[in-house]
Amino acid sequence: MRRRHAINRAVEVSCWTAALLAVAVLAIVLVSIALKGAGEINLDFLTQNTSSFGVGGIGNALVGTGILIGLAALMAIPVGILIAIYTSEFAGRRSGFVIRYVLDILNGVPTIITGIFVFALLVVGHQQSGWAGAVGLAIVMLPLVARSCHEVLALVPGHVKEAGLALGASRWRTTLSVTVPTALSGMITGALLAVARAVGETAPLLLVTSIYPDLLVTDPSQPLPNVTVTIFRYSETPDPVKHAQAWGAAFILILFVLALSIVARSLSARMRRRLGAAR
Amino acid sequence: MDYEPSDVTVVDRKDEITSRIPRPAEAPAPASPPQQSSETPASGLERMHATRHIRLEDLHAYYGSNHAVKGVNLSFEPGKVTAIIGPSGCGKSTMVRCVNRMHEEIPGARSQGRVLLDDVDLRGPGVDVVAVRRFVGMVFQKANPFPTMSIFDNVAAGLRFTGTPRDEITDRVNAALEAAGLWDEVEGRLSEPGMSLSGGQQQRLCIARALAVEPAVLLMDEPCSALDPVATLKIEELIGQLKQRVTIAVVTHNMQQAGRVADTTAFMLSGELVEVGPTEKMFTNPDDERTEQYVTGKFG
Ligand SMILES: Nc1ncnc2c1ncn2[C@@H]1O[C@H](COP(=O)(O)OP(=O)(O)OP(=O)(O)O)[C@@H](O)[C@H]1O
Ligand SMILES: [Mg+2]
Repeated sequence: MRRRHAINRAVEVSCWTAALLAVAVLAIVLVSIALKGAGEINLDFLTQNTSSFGVGGIGNALVGTGILIGLAALMAIPVGILIAIYTSEFAGRRSGFVIRYVLDILNGVPTIITGIFVFALLVVGHQQSGWAGAVGLAIVMLPLVARSCHEVLALVPGHVKEAGLALGASRWRTTLSVTVPTALSGMITGALLAVARAVGETAPLLLVTSIYPDLLVTDPSQPLPNVTVTIFRYSETPDPVKHAQAWGAAFILILFVLALSIVARSLSARMRRRLGAAR
Repeated sequence: MDYEPSDVTVVDRKDEITSRIPRPAEAPAPASPPQQSSETPASGLERMHATRHIRLEDLHAYYGSNHAVKGVNLSFEPGKVTAIIGPSGCGKSTMVRCVNRMHEEIPGARSQGRVLLDDVDLRGPGVDVVAVRRFVGMVFQKANPFPTMSIFDNVAAGLRFTGTPRDEITDRVNAALEAAGLWDEVEGRLSEPGMSLSGGQQQRLCIARALAVEPAVLLMDEPCSALDPVATLKIEELIGQLKQRVTIAVVTHNMQQAGRVADTTAFMLSGELVEVGPTEKMFTNPDDERTEQYVTGKFG
């Protein structure tokens, strides 16, 4: 009896410690980035173009990252949602399983390999471009979008879908009018988390959209300046001003990711509440 | 062009059944038409009169190799409520789900035999399931309003699925809510979510949703088993009122309920129909010994 008590206690304490450790790591990362980066943030930093020497900023990199993420989202989100609708609503047990398994493998592919693949496919024989970078990010996003949307579509209770069918709606109509609206906030959550993940990716961009001028570029057929490659580049220079700016850019990036995940979580909480009532 | 409009054959698959049997709304009016409420305008529902027969002939249903319904012959008569009773797992739900062809939505499930709506085999070749489900509405054990839709939109959903003209929808939603005995409770809050209603109200919302498309037949699979006694009583009263308008079959576990609502009772056991007859006779003087044992609570 006393022994079981002791084991209980030990397990409890180690779990707590592990959880605290995770929180501590996050806190240390956030605090040190904030300490080193927050001071860099001012209007010039956000609007000036990148530069190799002197002060400059990350304005053009922010715009380029916005374009890259936007294009990647336009490619990955619709395709990912269609895959999710297929695997959760239409696929047979076996084909659904195979597709989800393939998505899991794709999700596990190291992103530098995705980068090399896109490099070989779209850059060799052509030139670096924003399109190639967007394709790389889309490949990172696709399995995340498809898997998370699959999970939330599968959460919609079968008896709700049955109600649509029994009213004379076809399977497609039921999916579009009943199942997708019920799961919508969860699906948006999945898409936002995928964006948050892709916005911080460097490896898929390093080979395909990294040699860019220190100018505002908005044409995706040219290499686009972007935040993550800029952080990499600034932190490689010997110039302490640039180091500080790398921290500044990192701070912006992490604020954006944090904000996205908070919005995403609150949306998914809303969906769970709604489904909780439908269960 | 020298053809008469009436010579045009209806090719739209959704209207296949419609073209072969007149719509229930066009059926002769009841001898004493139900009084019209001043708030809810007249609609087909109020003119509806239960006239349709469902006849199951040698119906078999399977889940893979599990033979769940074994050659049932049974009719649901218009103007009467048919209760289906029997122990858990005897195939009651499976049988009624064959009528609106929901059974075939389950992977690996199939069925055999005939399900006649008057003289049209609902399982026949070329009959569209969408049309079948417009004629045969269903209410489930668990109230299942659409979670994202308002009270109004829930009831309107079936009308929208079937392409009812916009300007008819409001009247028909109101009439369906009235028919489901919900109008007084939801008047003025139709835009609130359907999920904001109580369990019993949600179930009546589901009944309204099924009635809105003016079905000829209404299947109810244990519609009260998740409800408290007061809500149950309301739905039982409702069944009594609706049976003049639509042919009703109710699956129930509750023998008192069958006694209260049903004119005819059918008793099933392990996938077979043991006996069917007037409810009174089934409960007092059944022909089959197994029915007697079941209704007196000796098993099940
Ligand atoms: N989705 C399904 N897949 C496989 N087998 C099923 C499925 N649904 C029901 N069955 C089987 O079919 C048989 C009849 O089940 P059914 O649900 O029709 O019984 P029931 O009379 O409605 O029971 P209850 O009163 O518990 O609702 C049972 O043996 C059951 O195990
Ligand atoms: Mg059942």
